[in-house]
Amino acid sequence: MADFDIPEIKEYTPVPDIKEGVMAHSKPYVAKPDFQEPLGYPGELVENWEQKALDKLDDLRGKYRSLQVFLDSCVKCGACTDKCHYFLGTADPKNMPVARQDLLRKVYRRYFTFAGKYFPKLVGAVDLTKDVLDEWYSYYHQCSQCRRCSVFCPYGIDTAEISMAAREIMDSIGLGQKYCNEILVKVGKIGNNLGLPGPALVDTMEGLEEEVEEDIGVKVAYPVDQEGADILLITPSADFFAEPHVDGLIGYGKVFHEAGLTWTVSSKASEAANFGMFIGSYENMQSLAMRIREAAIELKVKRIVFGECGHAWRVAYSFLNTLAGPFDFLDPNYPVPQHILEITKDLIDKGKLKFDKSENDHMTLTFHDSCNVARATRIGDEPGSQFTTPREVIKAVCNNYHDMEDGTIHDETFCCGGGGGLLTDDLMEIRVKGALPRATALKNVTKNHGVTHLAAICAICKSQFTKTLPYYGFTMDQVVSVHQLVSNAIILTGQETE
Amino acid sequence: MPIEVNGKTLETDEEGYLADLNDWEPAVAEVMAKLEDCELTDEHWEIINYLREYYEEYQIAPAVRVLTKAVGKKMGKDKGNSKYLYGLFPYGPGKQACKYAGLPKPTGCV
Repeated sequence: MADFDIPEIKEYTPVPDIKEGVMAHSKPYVAKPDFQEPLGYPGELVENWEQKALDKLDDLRGKYRSLQVFLDSCVKCGACTDKCHYFLGTADPKNMPVARQDLLRKVYRRYFTFAGKYFPKLVGAVDLTKDVLDEWYSYYHQCSQCRRCSVFCPYGIDTAEISMAAREIMDSIGLGQKYCNEILVKVGKIGNNLGLPGPALVDTMEGLEEEVEEDIGVKVAYPVDQEGADILLITPSADFFAEPHVDGLIGYGKVFHEAGLTWTVSSKASEAANFGMFIGSYENMQSLAMRIREAAIELKVKRIVFGECGHAWRVAYSFLNTLAGPFDFLDPNYPVPQHILEITKDLIDKGKLKFDKSENDHMTLTFHDSCNVARATRIGDEPGSQFTTPREVIKAVCNNYHDMEDGTIHDETFCCGGGGGLLTDDLMEIRVKGALPRATALKNVTKNHGVTHLAAICAICKSQFTKTLPYYGFTMDQVVSVHQLVSNAIILTGQETE
Repeated sequence: MPIEVNGKTLETDEEGYLADLNDWEPAVAEVMAKLEDCELTDEHWEIINYLREYYEEYQIAPAVRVLTKAVGKKMGKDKGNSKYLYGLFPYGPGKQACKYAGLPKPTGCV
């Protein structure tokens, strides 16, 4: 099944004995000039890359105060060492967050600190060489920027920001990652990660309309580019394309329909994902966010709602206003943006949706908190609502639910293993190994509490799990969208019921 | 890695997808399938041909539900689901079947 060893699931995920360099071979494909230049990066590694890289590092630590603080403040306490799913799954000590940070920190020290300039050996400072660059490329693409380590760091050092900075530096000298950069170019040209053009989007959505009508006898609209709709839905393009994502999209449509809300997707902003964050590029992140603003203006909508996508919700919740605001042309009675779960939860609370929970009785659910949602956002007004809202919605539509164990959920959730721009076949080994802690927790809840299905609210998590959980003895259809559960149980007005 | 098809050398990308869509001919699918120890049956060809037709019209591979619906219509309702498609293309209909059909690999969070 695989050309690498699949870790064995034990009762819990032990801290492994370290194996130096076992993942040094892991490297994603390098972006070709076609996927570099349109993003404003050199096509290939530039001649004086050492100096350019240092200039960029200097620029970034000036631009982002956080980066400077993170590079300076680590005291090597070790609290983060056993917190990374990639370390737990691979035993490679360079996947300890502190070691990952040090790959950049040791270069920073060499060129930008007094001690590192004059006594490099004393402070672990090193010259920027090709070997160091190769290590950057390898190990900064073994970080899913999930930020679990930062929860445990007494200084709050965020390895994700360091890995984003490292990727931005590498992009700026012509060493980009194919997966992320090809996708970013596609969004710029076509409007989404898949490269799904407008006519195909319309064809796909019409197909969903037919499917729902055949299924329940109610005509539910799945509109594209409908001017004057109340809501612009920004959802990951995987929702149009893949399973179980599409079942979630079907669910959003049913909720809007029953609530009497008109909505539309946009063929121009047909993507929630914003890989600009993964590569640490403010400019690329902004240009994608601007497409959403432009689509909202052109379609004259009143509200912007995001579908089930983890990092998109972080970008939207934390940065959308600074990237593409002000959104003073939208209805001020609603937050900008909103999460689809906020809408569904609010309608449930007001008693506006009817459910037949027994439609989900063939399953016992558990919920996977997506990193970016869990550690960077809320879904609602209250602290912790990012944990409670999805669970309350699931429990409102399902009779059987059980959480995975503490230490693997909420803000301590384990990454699916495919976030941060690693969801590509050329990184399958690190993806499978990184899924170990989550697979272990899932196995336990399966064994001890009869859980049969894992619900998620992120396109990456869903794809990663359907692909990697089978390596651990699960089946791909054990992964479901939260709004798929809503879709199964909701009873629309006029719906045919047996 | 380039592949040899009917005496011609065809460029592919790192993952074995055809670099130029126009290079495709049925023998390309046969050669690619052989490299992955997959024997192409009429059922495989139904899918491959449909992917090519859809791509011709829309410049993208069909979404999974578009594909399963079309397959269900053509080959019977019991076959209009992804289980059937994964049976034919274990590496995923989106990726493996697209490769044999000469289409680019679907990208994104899929």
